[in-house]
Amino acid sequence: MTTNTSSRVKPAVLDKNAEVLIHRSLWMDAVRRFSRNRLAMFGLVVITSLVLLAIFADILAPYPLDKVFLTKRASTLPFVYPEHPLGLDQSTRDYLSRLIHGARTSLFVGLAVPFISFLVGVPLGALSGYVGGKVDFAIQRVVDVATAIPPLLFALFLLSALGSGVSNVIFVLAVTGWIEPTRLTRAQFLAYREKEFVLSARALGSGDLRIILQHILPNAMSPLLVSFTFAIPLAIFAEAGLSFLGIGITEPTASWGKMVGSGIGNSIRVYYHIALFPTILVALTMLGFSFVGDGLQEALDPHRSR
Amino acid sequence: MTGYIIRRMVALFFVMLMVSIIVFVLMNAVPGGPFSLGERGYTPDAMANLERKYGLDKPLLERYWNFLSGALRLDFGYSFAVAGNPPVTDVILRTWPVTLHVGIYTIVLSFGLGSLMGIVAAYRRNSWLDNAVTFTATLGITLPNFIIATFFLLIFGFQNGWGQDPRKWIIPPLSPDSLPLLSWDYFLPVLTYALAPLALVARYTRSSVSDALSADYVRTARAKGLSHRAIMFRHVLRNALIPMVTVLLPQIPNLLTGSLFIEVVYGIPGLGKFFVTSIFNRDYPMIMGLVLLIAFFWGLTYLLTDILYTLIDPRIRITGRGSA
Repeated sequence: MTTNTSSRVKPAVLDKNAEVLIHRSLWMDAVRRFSRNRLAMFGLVVITSLVLLAIFADILAPYPLDKVFLTKRASTLPFVYPEHPLGLDQSTRDYLSRLIHGARTSLFVGLAVPFISFLVGVPLGALSGYVGGKVDFAIQRVVDVATAIPPLLFALFLLSALGSGVSNVIFVLAVTGWIEPTRLTRAQFLAYREKEFVLSARALGSGDLRIILQHILPNAMSPLLVSFTFAIPLAIFAEAGLSFLGIGITEPTASWGKMVGSGIGNSIRVYYHIALFPTILVALTMLGFSFVGDGLQEALDPHRSR
Repeated sequence: MTGYIIRRMVALFFVMLMVSIIVFVLMNAVPGGPFSLGERGYTPDAMANLERKYGLDKPLLERYWNFLSGALRLDFGYSFAVAGNPPVTDVILRTWPVTLHVGIYTIVLSFGLGSLMGIVAAYRRNSWLDNAVTFTATLGITLPNFIIATFFLLIFGFQNGWGQDPRKWIIPPLSPDSLPLLSWDYFLPVLTYALAPLALVARYTRSSVSDALSADYVRTARAKGLSHRAIMFRHVLRNALIPMVTVLLPQIPNLLTGSLFIEVVYGIPGLGKFFVTSIFNRDYPMIMGLVLLIAFFWGLTYLLTDILYTLIDPRIRITGRGSA
């Protein structure tokens, strides 16, 4: 609702030098507010470095992710071999290289799952909220059933049926991931469907598709964007969790969750590095995305009090 | 109200029916079966015998019908994988108390300490205490609990000065047969498990209490000269309770059915860990029983939340007297 008014009534600022009124859009305002938020900027820095790490993993990592050093001891602690600063894992692979490649898996799953979920959920929610009636009823009953299924248990169950692997993990997480965007989009469309600006667009002869895409969707954009940002760490967490349980990502692909899982056990007191470094990386990633999500929420909805 | 509850119960029943069909079909659509796994090396004859014994040779529709007619009498059949093939209900009755113990302590700790932290933070807004609470809440909400559990293992796994075998901290010997009411074994699992709900409770209490503190009726109460305590209990906390109920009650079914990660990390023989092993073993009756139990529990809690919401907030009641 706030979005609606502020996008129509643009805040005008008097620029002293130019002595003309400068109009700032909602998005420019949001960028200003976002850049003043220290935690959000910290999150942005963390995410940017992770993205760079993921893109240039092949260049940055000292060794390929599946290269084994059979002559060296497995699970070697950090700083024992100068050429392996973070030590070796249980299969004598360079741990630093695997951690760097883990960023790629994490971010890929973290972005792919919300992307597919929103690709399915937003049109479904728009249809449900805009058309209403029987379509809405049918979609909402599917949502009801899907909500009753515990998402992580269902993902675990589906993975055991489909088999592990990156694409399967993305698929099973998207199977339950579409519910939230559907519900959110529906609520937004219900709220705007009878608003004056929609009625006037209709009176001017706009078609349904035009009203949906040009009039309602832009207004629903900021809550959807915030929801998308929060869906990323959730997907990263789910991937790490499934891999941690040993059913997510398969070897030789590197996954932080899998690394944490393999580091847990009686040897955690000695070979602390196997669990410690991926734990820190998952924690940093989750915090980074959450800070950015919080920052976006505040920046896009200035009336929300903390 | 009664009509509303009945309608919701009927809806819940149909949702569970759909869930059971989906899970049943998916479970059986996968090639292979519970006895074709691993290196057990059954001969084809033995396989056929086993499948006949568990009714797996019958057509899918008949099997579903058998399952459904049993499930309506709370009989989910016999476990395939648990030693001795006990009835599923027996296994659930044996493992659930373990999860319930951890879950109830978690609820007490997270809701008790969490609301206290939230209230203190709301009263001392922008003090160091408030910042500390907000910081803890952010950590608790964002960090996955298996990550926190790993941190704890790394910290406490090294500790030898705790007066006991450090291995005890790694894998607490919680067994359903000798379940102590209170023991140090619960400490780490409960602490880990409580962090996320605690953060949520603290955050919501803080925002709803500070909203109530700045409300007009509280200013009026202050102007009337009411004591601090009367304002706090009669006006602030009562109204702050309303938004908390809807957000926090749905957390409870999660806590009472256990977390996969917490139970796997700390080796707790509860429902969550059993679910993971059942899935790995393709123990069909166990999977069906556990999924339906959890789905029922969730649905029931959502219903209870909605009912409680109307009870707590008289403004929502359809035929209310207007005062609480």
